[in-house]
Amino acid sequence: MGLQLENLDKLVGREIYLKDIRLDLASGSRHVILGRTLAGKTTLLRILAGLDKPTHGRILVDGRDLTGVSVRKRSVAMVYQQFINYPSLTVFDNIASPLKLAGISKQEIDARVRRTAAMLHIDNLLDRMPAELSGGQQQRTAIARALVKETQLLLLDEPLVNLDYKLREELRVELQQIFKQRDAIVVYTTTEPAEALMLGGNIVVMDEGRILQAGPTAQVYRHPSNARVAEIFSDPPINFVHGHVRDRQAWFGRGISLPLTGQLAGLAEGEYTFGVRCNHLFLKASSPEDIEIRASVELSEINGSETFIHVSYDDQKLVVQDDGIHQLKLGREIPVYVNPCHFFVFDEQGRLAAAPDQACHSNL
Amino acid sequence: MARIEMQEVAHSYHGNSQNLEDYALKRIHMTWEDGGAYALLGPSGCGKTTLLNIISGLLAPSQGAVLYNGKDVTALPPEKRNIAQVFQFPVLYDTMTVADNLAFPLRNRGVAPDAVRERVLEVADMLDLGTVLNKKAAGLTADAKQKISLGRGLVRSDVAAILFDEPLTVIDPHLKWQLRRKLKEIHEQARMTMIYVTHDQVEAMTFADQIVVMYEGEVVQIGSPEALYERPQHKFVGYFIGSPGMNFMACKAEGAIAHVNGAAIALDAALAEAARKASGKLEIGIRPMHLEVHDTPMADAVPAAVTFVEDHGNCRIVTLALDGQTLRARIPEGQTVPGDKAWLRFPPQWTRLFADERLVA
Amino acid sequence: MEKWENNRAWFLVLPVFVVVAFSAIIPLMTVVNYSIQDIFGPGNAVFVGTEWFEEMLTDSRLHDALGRQFIFSGLVLLIEIPLGILIALAMPKKGWGVSASLITLAIPLLIPWNVIGTIWIIFTRPDIGLFGVGINSLNLLDVPFDHTARPSFAWITLMAMEVWHWTPLVALLCYAGLRAIPEAYYQAAKIDGASAWSVFRYIQLPKMRGVLTIAVLLRWMDSFLIYAEPFALTGGGPGNSTTFLSIYLVKLATGQFDLGPAAAFSLIYFLIVLLFSFIFYQALLNVGKGEKIA
Repeated sequence: MGLQLENLDKLVGREIYLKDIRLDLASGSRHVILGRTLAGKTTLLRILAGLDKPTHGRILVDGRDLTGVSVRKRSVAMVYQQFINYPSLTVFDNIASPLKLAGISKQEIDARVRRTAAMLHIDNLLDRMPAELSGGQQQRTAIARALVKETQLLLLDEPLVNLDYKLREELRVELQQIFKQRDAIVVYTTTEPAEALMLGGNIVVMDEGRILQAGPTAQVYRHPSNARVAEIFSDPPINFVHGHVRDRQAWFGRGISLPLTGQLAGLAEGEYTFGVRCNHLFLKASSPEDIEIRASVELSEINGSETFIHVSYDDQKLVVQDDGIHQLKLGREIPVYVNPCHFFVFDEQGRLAAAPDQACHSNL
Repeated sequence: MARIEMQEVAHSYHGNSQNLEDYALKRIHMTWEDGGAYALLGPSGCGKTTLLNIISGLLAPSQGAVLYNGKDVTALPPEKRNIAQVFQFPVLYDTMTVADNLAFPLRNRGVAPDAVRERVLEVADMLDLGTVLNKKAAGLTADAKQKISLGRGLVRSDVAAILFDEPLTVIDPHLKWQLRRKLKEIHEQARMTMIYVTHDQVEAMTFADQIVVMYEGEVVQIGSPEALYERPQHKFVGYFIGSPGMNFMACKAEGAIAHVNGAAIALDAALAEAARKASGKLEIGIRPMHLEVHDTPMADAVPAAVTFVEDHGNCRIVTLALDGQTLRARIPEGQTVPGDKAWLRFPPQWTRLFADERLVA
Repeated sequence: MEKWENNRAWFLVLPVFVVVAFSAIIPLMTVVNYSIQDIFGPGNAVFVGTEWFEEMLTDSRLHDALGRQFIFSGLVLLIEIPLGILIALAMPKKGWGVSASLITLAIPLLIPWNVIGTIWIIFTRPDIGLFGVGINSLNLLDVPFDHTARPSFAWITLMAMEVWHWTPLVALLCYAGLRAIPEAYYQAAKIDGASAWSVFRYIQLPKMRGVLTIAVLLRWMDSFLIYAEPFALTGGGPGNSTTFLSIYLVKLATGQFDLGPAAAFSLIYFLIVLLFSFIFYQALLNVGKGEKIA
């Protein structure tokens, strides 16, 4: 089935929860909704599920208007942030519950529950009660319940956010493989860019109830249409430095200037914001084009296999990603290198004016 | 401030049991040096909160002794140990103002009003609570409440140690790094002994100079973040630290070669020597970041099949099949990922050998 | 389009409206009807306006009963609330003692009201009652103890009965409130070096505010409506010393058959209870709230 959202608005009192949402979800497509907390992700999911009604606009399924049709009459399953299971039912009965309501034969239920449980590695826990499970196992049960019914629309609202990071890592990989085997439309919300990138498919970047940009995930990552998308779609946030272009030179920071080459060649004179993702700032120079910035260390944040070095330069905060684990003393002065070919450039309205060429990455 | 020693401490919630299974803490024998910034890291249920409560005196251990500066305090309750503790969820005196909340631990100990006032202002300033000092604590946001809890922990400057039990759980993600930084700064200034309990490697490694990794009631490694990453003393540390965790493959060593099923991986002299001496189940371990993935055959490289590629934006995680074993490699953005066949090199300086789950080389 | 299935939920609420209408609103309107008319018989009623209300509001016996009522309910709150808190604090936190003390406390609550009256009448009788005989054998009083002998004796017996009967409810509510306080609060207080009094004042009492609100409201309303106990004990005596509002009301309505004034009285009574419940509710809700800077 295909799903179209036409000019959806959701107002609660005077507050705008969603504004002018237009989306086209093709049959079998995967969509990740990326946005910070309160961006309107959950509101949109609830409308998709039929739990809420939009204030204006329509939801069309294969061209048929479904706005306001009860959730029970739609083919939809949803997984929530909290681990929601029936506390008095075993894992088996929890997973079987949507099928029992649909009046499916006993053998069929048994086979499908076991197959789905095996897919999520909880087939050895089918006799347990939810209270006897760890958080990860509880969420696996909730996911299995959503998957068992083969619905046309599968909604997941930050399903991994309450799990330990090791479990999150495992489940992410598994979910990605499970989604591939389904022909349902999958809509998955998250606040984490890394999760969105891993799940692939299409991305919808939301902020303050509006869609900022939608499209294939990799393309949006490499060509964010404006500065806010770049900010939301980078973790840690993308580094911004203000500057301007004058006399065929780009100027920024404390008297740093660059010739306009590569992706910067077409920039007209004016004020710009230069953006660079933290993995393109280095502690060592790697090419003759590199610019050196001297910055002082604020904190080394160690994340799994990388160190994020928060530094300050010219009253601006920058984050440098350094592979491996390294601690640096607070307040130490260090050189930071950046190759201008990695610059995103945004104009005064925040619109993308230039993005790094694909060639820039392979030059390294 | 104090040096805290744990001597043969063990704890069971079922009294003095003979059954090792009953012990939430198996045997802890270690020292927390004066002025250190420590993290106590481990998954839920590994015993870290039990250990913390034994240090603070909220719990008396079934066995062993706790010493502060050489003095046995095992039998003393927390208020006699001169220790501060911050809990996972904000614990506030709802009816008091923020200032009174901060002053409470000092007033209970009979500190002079002027000194109390001065110290409260100092701590409030440190945590940016100056603007809400006269408000009732009950009406504030969750992060402000937790900051007050932190402040009550920090307000006594003479404590033996400050213990933090997952203190940033309720803080909004983008505020977390500011508070981590704040705590680190405070540590640098005051040089108090701080012990920070968490299951989050980011928090542990960002805050601490020394990380104590716990697993199933035991301390499996104490070391700097670099040491945990580069030389994990136990398979669990390899798995738990790093994202994705370390790759492990069962192997058999023959001279300078480690056989993983059909594949032969070359070892250097030191690894080969360690493999010869080691007994028990031998496993080879390498971090995904250190595993070299090439798209053409080369010396010392073993062929593997690429089964899966995840794009993380700044890098790609490649899943590889090597003779029935699954390996993960982390490939930086600029480098190309081989199509379906790859050649893997195990650089000897990053290749580790484990016997019965413990590091041998 | 605008038909949304949740509208159907209103049908589910409808039976409640019907029940409330029959159980509360219709009887109340009957009382209102009586309070503004003089009814001599079926079809024979005269509209009297506010006459009954004026009569009742200036009735000195009603004023006396109201005064007694305030003193009684005030004393009930003053004794039962602190006593209930103390019992709750003293109750065990774990082990077999929990169920034992819960059951012990629940016993007085399970006894029917007329049985309570009988128990206490027998208990305090000067000839055969354990308490009556006991206190008289000590010879501490100038007159032998007998709850019908002196107003103070009747009050003491009544108060003892009331406290015995209802303090367990307050204690149970407080106990539930105390059990809901996370262990971390006590641990933090220990580490902060707080005294037992501070723990009570700054942790236990504020955290019990919710249940105390309920306890105060319940005990206020219930004691303000007290009827059965004084009726069983002395029927309002000796003299009029235990004639509380409801006893006077019943005397007026069924004893003297003054239905008009009794109806006006009922409405006034109802409004007083409502007014004071509202005041208590607001007051307790606002304790410790707001940003009053000391």
